[in-house]
Amino acid sequence: MKTVRQFLIIIGISFAGEILNRVIPLPVPASVYGVLLMFSALYFRVIRVRDVRETGYFLIEIMPILFIPAAVGLLEAWAVLRPVWLPFCIITVISTFVVMGISGRITQELIIRRRPALLRKKDGCRS
Amino acid sequence: MNDLFSHSAFFGVLISLFTYGVGHVLKRRIRFALFNPLLIAVVATIAFLAIWRIDYETYLSGASVLNWLLTPATVCLAIPLYEKLELLKRNRTAILAGIVSGVVTSVLCVFVMALLARLTHAQYVTLLPKSITTAIGIGVSEELGGYITLTVSVIITTGIIGNIFAQTACKIFRIRSRIAKGVAIGTAAHAIGTAKAMEMGKTEGAISSLSLVVAGLLTVGAASVASHFI
Repeated sequence: MKTVRQFLIIIGISFAGEILNRVIPLPVPASVYGVLLMFSALYFRVIRVRDVRETGYFLIEIMPILFIPAAVGLLEAWAVLRPVWLPFCIITVISTFVVMGISGRITQELIIRRRPALLRKKDGCRS
Repeated sequence: MNDLFSHSAFFGVLISLFTYGVGHVLKRRIRFALFNPLLIAVVATIAFLAIWRIDYETYLSGASVLNWLLTPATVCLAIPLYEKLELLKRNRTAILAGIVSGVVTSVLCVFVMALLARLTHAQYVTLLPKSITTAIGIGVSEELGGYITLTVSVIITTGIIGNIFAQTACKIFRIRSRIAKGVAIGTAAHAIGTAKAMEMGKTEGAISSLSLVVAGLLTVGAASVASHFI
């Protein structure tokens, strides 16, 4: 019963997210509304972590697998992609690295500047 | 071959799980970034479909259950986020600054390189939402007049690149803080990157989840401003 209950809550919140996505005219997907709803439900103690924990972490664990069908779909897009694939690839690779570097470094520098040494060590920063 | 597989309810999931499993075994044997289970699964599945001349539709009819689980799984990213709330609150300025700078960098990067590559306006706006989660990205691209199929391809490619090279990039840029790693991965490579962050640790995963949501929402605004540049 525990799994059924946990799955029920997760699907219920996904459904609520879907409804919000249809009602609110913004380009915000159901899953993002769902994350906000799930977080609020936990934060305001409507549900407890143990009400969703096992099933939730199971779904998170299998998440990479869930992207396979969408990624295999690139095959279908190949006809449209072919004329522009090279510049698109270069731009994608470079910008992904640059964004990671800049956002990560800025966060890290700010943490080092503001936090006492003990916390830094716990967080994995050794300076 | 299509006939045989098109009546199967399990083929799509079976091939996805099997190729991912093979990828996982290979990753443990060969410690090299390109031996990434997700990449191997995608390449092997595409190869299998091509060799046996199986349509994507046929594959998807079974595999769509995986697609279906994506929303509930994404919703669950709120759980580690909640469990790491204290950490998040203590570092909110650093985290937010990282995400905002990442969003601005992403848009500027696309702008500069689109200029260099002499892309058209439509191609340029197609690339603008490349770092954010597919569902938001489609909305942005559509709104700005981009090619949606291309946007989806670029977003997925970005995610896979992020998933493959997350650890390499953190090493290159000497990002050692778990929080900073989470910000970097979630901001640059949305949910597919976050899947990797989750494997790296709960803190990385939780912060990456937060970053993908915040970066996604911020990009809606940033992309519409930047769309006037070209």
